[in-house]
Amino acid sequence: MPDDVALQTLIADLSSQLRPVRALPPPWRRAALWCGAVLLVASVFALFADLNALMHRLMSTPDMWLSFLGALFTAILAASAAFITSVPGRSSLWALLPLPPLALWLSAGTAGCLRMEPAPGTVPEAPMHPMACIYFIVMVSVPLSILLMWQITRACPLRPALTASLAGLASAGAAAVILALVHPFDATYTDLLAHLVAVVLVVVGVRIAGERALRK
Amino acid sequence: MTAAAAALATGRAAPMPTFLAPWPRTAWAALVAAHASVPAHVTDTNDAALASLMAASQAGDARAYQQLLRAILPIAAISIRRQGVPPDRVDDVVQEVLLTIHRARATYDPSRPFLPWLRAIAHRRAIDALRTHLRTAAREIFDEDAYLNHPGATQDADDALARADAAHRLRQAVTTLPPGQRQAVELLGLNEHSLEEAAGTTGRTKGALKVNLHRALAALRNRLGEGGDA
Repeated sequence: MPDDVALQTLIADLSSQLRPVRALPPPWRRAALWCGAVLLVASVFALFADLNALMHRLMSTPDMWLSFLGALFTAILAASAAFITSVPGRSSLWALLPLPPLALWLSAGTAGCLRMEPAPGTVPEAPMHPMACIYFIVMVSVPLSILLMWQITRACPLRPALTASLAGLASAGAAAVILALVHPFDATYTDLLAHLVAVVLVVVGVRIAGERALRK
Repeated sequence: MTAAAAALATGRAAPMPTFLAPWPRTAWAALVAAHASVPAHVTDTNDAALASLMAASQAGDARAYQQLLRAILPIAAISIRRQGVPPDRVDDVVQEVLLTIHRARATYDPSRPFLPWLRAIAHRRAIDALRTHLRTAAREIFDEDAYLNHPGATQDADDALARADAAHRLRQAVTTLPPGQRQAVELLGLNEHSLEEAAGTTGRTKGALKVNLHRALAALRNRLGEGGDA
């Protein structure tokens, strides 16, 4: 039994330093708070978006609508999974939560590329359009992921890399949803690939930076 | 002894009295913690008692916290050993577990069981310790034979022979010097006397001694070579 002097001294030190703490709110409530912040950012972009054209575009092309829903639920469920996995004792299987909507997002995007009929209200892509998409998703993801990681640091993730990766996926998904508001272009392979590259960049970046922050 | 303290000692869960039900959970936990004793043996069945102590700790009850940390030592140690941590490292990992509990105490939800929360922390810290141990073992090599056979700077046999040989050649070269120069070298160089002492011993002036020393050194350099040990 480890009851030597060092352990007893440590226990005495920790007890003397004890301060009251408030138990963290449930993960879903913390995820809802982050989603509220995302909604706030999205509403700012919505001021500059043609929402009628967006709704017409989404409603007349099911693949775009499903892709939009996939990105939206990827963001929500990845953020929820990030908060859940940041609490000790919760199963790491929660990390699988955002995979179904992620699959929906990618498969609906691929289906859009295969569609023969052009989506109504869309315009031809500019030459540097894929780069602009990557830039937009990465730049919007930065503040969203910083906010999410700041919320997560209040917990104690025992698997920092996993939690940070989920935070990156949530941020990238949210950025893709916001991009869809101001993205009057039809689905193409280059566009889908650009989104995929941006998501991977954000996930890897947040994983590397977030893991370091969470281990401190 | 209160019901929770008895539960800790006997290994059974402490039932919360019905007349306390409307009260906040922390009030009951604080009452329990104030009278609980350190358990001799802790099992899964007293999860509720540990949960009560943890809830009291979240409320700032240092005494309950101290009792909780003492009570979980054997549970943490068992979890850590089960992960395959070497016995001599178990105490170090238990310390890591205690520090993590202190940092993560806000993440414990009093409405959920305590032991899965604790075991998750112990499990992860044990894995971290094993990874660190493996990384260290991969970087560092323990070669006992190479260590024991490594020659020290002061125990080099070749170097000792070379030094002895150089000293012998120097002594022989000094004996071939004229008497005045030999005397100056022996007193000032080999015996490290001061000029005053050497002048007193030999009856020569300081200037004559200096001249003899310089001439002797020049002669020795010529005989032993510029790069020699003289």
